[in-house]
Amino acid sequence: MYKHVLQSIEGIAVYPIISLAIFFIFFVLLLYMVYSYDRSWLDAMANKPLEDGSNGDSVNHRNSGEDLNG
Amino acid sequence: MALETFRYDNKIVRNFAFATVFWGIIGFLVGLIVATKLFAPNFLGFIPELTFGRLRPLHTNTVIFAFAGNAIFLGIYYSLPRLLKTEMYSKVLSNINFWGWQMVIISAAISLPLGFTTSKEYAELEWPIDILIAIVWIIFGINMLATIMKRREKHLYVAIWFYLATFITVAVLHVVNSFELPVSFMKSYPLYAGVQDALVQWWYGHNAVAFFLTTPFLGIMYYFIPKASNRPIYSYRLSIVHFWALIFIYIWAGPHHLLYTALPWWAQSLGTAFSIMLIAPSWGGMLNGLLTLRGAWDKVRESPVLKFLVVGVTAYGMATFEGPMMSLKNVNAITHYTDYVIAHVHTGALLWNGGLSFAMLYFIIPRIYDTKLFSKKLANYHFWFATMGALFYVIPMYFSGITQSLMWKEFTPQGFLRYPNFLETVKQVIPMYMIRAFGGVLFITGAILMIINLYKTVKQGSLIAEEEASAVPFKRNSQKRREGEAYHRWLESKPVLFSIFTFIAIIIGGVVEYVPTALIKSNIPTIASVKPYTPLELEGRDIYIREGCNNCHSQMIRPFRSETERYGEYAKAGEFVYDHPFLWGSKRTGPDLEREGGKYPNSWHFLHMKDPGSTSPGSIMPAFTWLYTQKLDTSHTIAKVDAMRELGVPYPKGYEHEAMVDLRRQADSITKDLTNNGFQIRSDKEIIALIAYLQRLGTDIKAQPTTAVRDSILSEYSTK
Repeated sequence: MYKHVLQSIEGIAVYPIISLAIFFIFFVLLLYMVYSYDRSWLDAMANKPLEDGSNGDSVNHRNSGEDLNG
Repeated sequence: MALETFRYDNKIVRNFAFATVFWGIIGFLVGLIVATKLFAPNFLGFIPELTFGRLRPLHTNTVIFAFAGNAIFLGIYYSLPRLLKTEMYSKVLSNINFWGWQMVIISAAISLPLGFTTSKEYAELEWPIDILIAIVWIIFGINMLATIMKRREKHLYVAIWFYLATFITVAVLHVVNSFELPVSFMKSYPLYAGVQDALVQWWYGHNAVAFFLTTPFLGIMYYFIPKASNRPIYSYRLSIVHFWALIFIYIWAGPHHLLYTALPWWAQSLGTAFSIMLIAPSWGGMLNGLLTLRGAWDKVRESPVLKFLVVGVTAYGMATFEGPMMSLKNVNAITHYTDYVIAHVHTGALLWNGGLSFAMLYFIIPRIYDTKLFSKKLANYHFWFATMGALFYVIPMYFSGITQSLMWKEFTPQGFLRYPNFLETVKQVIPMYMIRAFGGVLFITGAILMIINLYKTVKQGSLIAEEEASAVPFKRNSQKRREGEAYHRWLESKPVLFSIFTFIAIIIGGVVEYVPTALIKSNIPTIASVKPYTPLELEGRDIYIREGCNNCHSQMIRPFRSETERYGEYAKAGEFVYDHPFLWGSKRTGPDLEREGGKYPNSWHFLHMKDPGSTSPGSIMPAFTWLYTQKLDTSHTIAKVDAMRELGVPYPKGYEHEAMVDLRRQADSITKDLTNNGFQIRSDKEIIALIAYLQRLGTDIKAQPTTAVRDSILSEYSTK
């Protein structure tokens, strides 16, 4: 059955190949991009949740500290 | 710039937290009820609204959209403003989001037991509720995007990317999968039929798991693991790769739900290939979460929040390894249609979604109530109840799934099926169903401990409805990327562009899969003998849908000898061209019904539906006694025929005028046959329509001369 479907759409075989190519190129570019990044900015971003004002740095002083983690 | 003071709205956070707990318990309880029905079929029996076929969708919908859904909003409404250092854009929109979502859930809780369903898994809700969902979702999106716009933090943290992807993709999925033609209030037919309908449904179904049960929870993971362990995320670099690779690949993998079905094989292979690739970003994400705790494992011993997070993320890792494995065709051949899938999804649902939701509740409630958790010990008990409950759930289900598969496929040395009677394979796994229900009891017990604990916590604290915070706004000067500025860093400060890229990433896979399938409409090899359903069969089909028969019975025979021996000729795409919606099913608690037509006499079905045990001793199918007393509602029959014709089903012109005559004629003939066999029933009862439909199933291709069928099969093989 599927052969009929395949044959009836012109150039269908190229679909999976294009898909793989798109992904592969995308992935490689992504890797290249992130490895070119500056460590300090990455570290600063990684720290964002810890400085969002809800863990005791500006409000809610009684809620700071790890004893509340549960 | 000067320090600005603002207030986080904790009231909405509290509302979502309470809703998460409330709907969680309801969803778990309905789950326990349906689990019990699988070994005690008469439990709560004879009440139409409480049959397995109607409650099973209620269980899945409540757990996914009510429990996990409210948990997602809880996580977002708590973390988003804090990550952006601003209050939510609009309290009014927040409240519409909250109450609108609860209205969706209540509509589901009422309409599903009443039998209003589209039959499409995780999209069962009928069209008016679909519209409500779309409205509420858009309001949520507007509120989130507008909050991002007025942020005081220039760069969007990774959790927010996942929230954005969730909003965008769920909106696309919901709209595309909900193209349906209303027939009446609460009844519609999908625009697609058969193979296309199946592909769109599983593109949706798969990505509902991806973008409702995965991406928002990954966002939650990226916020709450660092928060609860007081450590930055292990690698921000990895999180960039994780995000883009995950959302890009996930969308392609839907066809792995349809392996060995009548779906075109190229689409199946594409689904498999991308499913395997998915391991990489999934595990990247999992490791990023777990490695955040490096050097902080001592905290895990102390904190129930971290315990739930760690076990949740680990379960995510297991499920996302298992999923790709189950997408391999040889593994899928064994696991599909069995309880193995049920085990797989519950590893994810109970521990990943459940675990992360519980962790959030234990983290957030004490904080917004400005107090400490009432009892850490009780929370630890909950953790163990939940974990043991999940194990007692999934292990018997794995066992049962493999048992089913082996028994279905076993042949004697003479070449006959070892267990030709499907019931033997059902009876074999009943003890496993009992242990599974016990696992459910443990899990619910844990959740009840949580309710007590949270209630006491709330009692001893007082809600900080408006939590004051302050931050310095960032300068909104340059729109352009500064020279040397990392591209992704720049992108993180451009929410609109970020959203557009996200949309592009998710739409590529959708388009590649969807477009060819949309094109094949005229290209599906038509089988001349496949004809539209008669009006009575159409009504019978709608009863089949209403009763949720598709929750336990597939209508899709795969091309295996074990299946063709048991059920008959394997399925052809051309057989389903008039099926709005497709009813292939995804689980065989009972046998496949694709070629049920003509297998048994009408009288067998008559007896079977009234008391399944009478024809099939030991059956766990519920009795459908009300079908024998309820009159078939034919008030929409003509509208249904019209709607089908509008969707492309070739009923002749003017047929709607004859439809009712045909319906009565066919009903009378079935009734007469039943009377001749000693069964008295009026011809206007629902059971007659259902019998008409069941007797039609899979018979069309048999109408062809045998040689023609063989020739068409041979020609298929010769072109492979």
